[in-house]
Amino acid sequence: MDREVAELERAIERIWEVGRAFGLDPFPTNFEIVPSTVMYEIGSYALPGRYSHWTFGKAYHRMKTMYDFGLSRIYEVVINANPSYGFLLETNSPLQNRLVIAHVMGHVDFFKHNAWFAATNRRMVDDAATHARRIAEYEFQHGRKVVERFLDAVLSIEEHVDPDTFLKRPANGPQAVRAPVPGRYDDLFDPCELPPPPAAAARIDGPELPEKDLLGFLAAHSPVLEPWQRDVVAMIREEMLYFVPQMRTKTINEGWASFWHSRIMRELDLSDDEHLEFAELHAGVVSPHTGQLNPYFVGYRILEDIERRYGRDRLFEVREVESDVSLLRNYLTEDLCEELDLFVYELVDDEAWTITDKRWERVRDQLVANMSNFGFPYIEVADGDHRGNRELFLKHRYEGSELDLRYARKTLENCQTLWGRPVWLETVVDGVPRTLHYDGSDHSES
Amino acid sequence: MGVQRNDWSLQRKGQIDQDRHAERVRDAIRQNLGSIVSNESIILADGQKRVKVPIRSLDEYKFRFDHRKRKHVAQGDGKTSVGDVVGHEPQPSQGAGRGRRAGDQPGVDYFEADVELDEIARLVFEDLHLPNLQEKAKREVPSRATRFTEIRRTGIMSNLDKRRSLVENIRRQARETGRAHLGPFRPEDLRYRTWEEQQSYESNAVVIAMMDVSGSMGEFKKYVARSFYFWMVRFLRTRYDNVEIVFISHHTEAREVTEEQFFTQGESGGTVVSSAYRLALDVIASRFPPRDWNVYPFHFSDGDNYYSDNDEAVRLADELASTCNLFGYGEIGDEEGPGYRRQSGALLSIFSDRLRNTERFAGVRIDDRADVYPALKHFFRKRGEEIG
Repeated sequence: MDREVAELERAIERIWEVGRAFGLDPFPTNFEIVPSTVMYEIGSYALPGRYSHWTFGKAYHRMKTMYDFGLSRIYEVVINANPSYGFLLETNSPLQNRLVIAHVMGHVDFFKHNAWFAATNRRMVDDAATHARRIAEYEFQHGRKVVERFLDAVLSIEEHVDPDTFLKRPANGPQAVRAPVPGRYDDLFDPCELPPPPAAAARIDGPELPEKDLLGFLAAHSPVLEPWQRDVVAMIREEMLYFVPQMRTKTINEGWASFWHSRIMRELDLSDDEHLEFAELHAGVVSPHTGQLNPYFVGYRILEDIERRYGRDRLFEVREVESDVSLLRNYLTEDLCEELDLFVYELVDDEAWTITDKRWERVRDQLVANMSNFGFPYIEVADGDHRGNRELFLKHRYEGSELDLRYARKTLENCQTLWGRPVWLETVVDGVPRTLHYDGSDHSES
Repeated sequence: MGVQRNDWSLQRKGQIDQDRHAERVRDAIRQNLGSIVSNESIILADGQKRVKVPIRSLDEYKFRFDHRKRKHVAQGDGKTSVGDVVGHEPQPSQGAGRGRRAGDQPGVDYFEADVELDEIARLVFEDLHLPNLQEKAKREVPSRATRFTEIRRTGIMSNLDKRRSLVENIRRQARETGRAHLGPFRPEDLRYRTWEEQQSYESNAVVIAMMDVSGSMGEFKKYVARSFYFWMVRFLRTRYDNVEIVFISHHTEAREVTEEQFFTQGESGGTVVSSAYRLALDVIASRFPPRDWNVYPFHFSDGDNYYSDNDEAVRLADELASTCNLFGYGEIGDEEGPGYRRQSGALLSIFSDRLRNTERFAGVRIDDRADVYPALKHFFRKRGEEIG
């Protein structure tokens, strides 16, 4: 075992050397060899040591079953942190490990340099563990079922945060500044610096509306949440803000990592057998999935195309500034569309999924549209005092795709749980505006 | 930088949350037993250990797009062109014996979970009890167990318990000399093991499954009867060592049939219920004397008995009820609703009015598949003499 570890350490050193020579500049990275159970645990929780919830257990069970049946396999999990973490499956062959390490290097370089990641919490692993402890404590205080049901409601809207806080106008207008009175207790905490308690905030239709940050809004303004519940909402929101950059850069991030693992592996001294194994693995990772879209493959091909057309320097620029949406908008060309055989398809007559467009601009625009807001409907708080009755009015910013109404109603019930008063959702159904309403016991529509 | 390898053997987080999920599935099943009990994938599972059951309220709800109304992008094999069909939307099917029309709303609200049949059975049986269970005349089983259960001061040498005898000797020495040690043995030191013969008794049960196969019994009615018997037999098997089933189908005449025939054969003609009851009583008298057996006759019919047979049917039903643990009668209505049924001829109301032995009679009406579970609960509810 020690020999294996020593060998891996040498491989990491070599790979880092090669990567650095190419211009990659990752965070320091700790690798850990783990058994499959742990690998699938980290894979299904997306972070090690995260809080408990049955949805993770469900994902874990599914992944582990797929693995046990030999249907899928995770070779690696990488965590965005400084230092970063790379987890290697203990059954990986030496060559698989080298490929995985090179792939991880690409990801970690991307985490460090891509602009969308600039604001991510690089100590999220520690914070997630703290969150887990706090939630466990709440389970102890309030009962496991109570916390679980509350988490059910929060997780149901967890994607509705606003990751682009830096684009925000200053939330609060001019504020009266209390003239500081010098005194002997200046070193003590001044309770007047506390914001007024949320329940006391009279009207919530100020300049901050509309507000995309639904979780933040609920945590701050819900009339019914108890302190521990606000804390849970805030923790889930913080974790979601950490994950959003990864959701926004799936294609480019995987493309980048795949691009570099292939370039680095070519520089290593591989035997003929290893070359063959590598070629097979690489082809498996970046293979086209007919009838679907493999982000590894699409990202990889676009990046290769950029390098071919503009040179490697441009590639590093792309890794710094683009997300999936901008990468596709800026760099998906007619030739690539044709080469990848991309098409737009939709359901015709409620029966047959049919290819309806192959014009490359349409394909590109549809792809971009589907990736907007990382694939989720754009919902914002329009009013927290609707009808002057403290009712919550949500608006779906309709951009051509309609909501799954059954899901919307169920999710609205969860919003009602969190807001404690009647909730509304304005959307578009069959091209006509429609407003869903849930008052805590009945649904209605208008 | 570096490689670590830690001991993760105590790491159980995923397993713990997997258990939490399993618990959620169980809760959801419990809430949905009504529809699960009569679900085809279970009743027709044919020995499979795991089944897929539709469960409400276990989905993870989000604001999400309606994928059917959305345009998607995918990749082809290089030869695609506009107009190609890349897939078909699964159409809601109308399976055999299906209850509601697929278009009805509730059908959509399902999440399929993969569950162990035993798990479902455990939940279904949670609330069921054996009605009027009686200690029957004990029938000895062939194997007789001998167990040493006691220690005595007298006995035969071959059963000497050496360890206890030594201990007694030491205790006596300690009492007499003040020092605990082994001294010469005296008869009062010796201890002998004695044995008991244990006879275990089987409790036996027999189900007399009777079903009307007259012309008016359609697919739905047979399906309901089948679901009911499926669970009933399973349930009785968890409570008795040995459950026998006798299948009797009848129209104007009754005969004993195999299980396969019982559930599949279509017949026609009218209905003379008393023929089945008479045969059942014969079978009970000749093969399953109630002295030795717990007897559960159950009868499913649509209740359209010949008018002239009603008196006889009531008389024999009374006899069944007084000789057996419980006589169950299920009247299955038409799937489409109680519509044209002739209320006057309905056996259930006649039984309710005229049976004398009502304590051991349970009658229930089933109009919908969802009524099967309530019917089970009704038949196997807690009653006066019930034990265990």
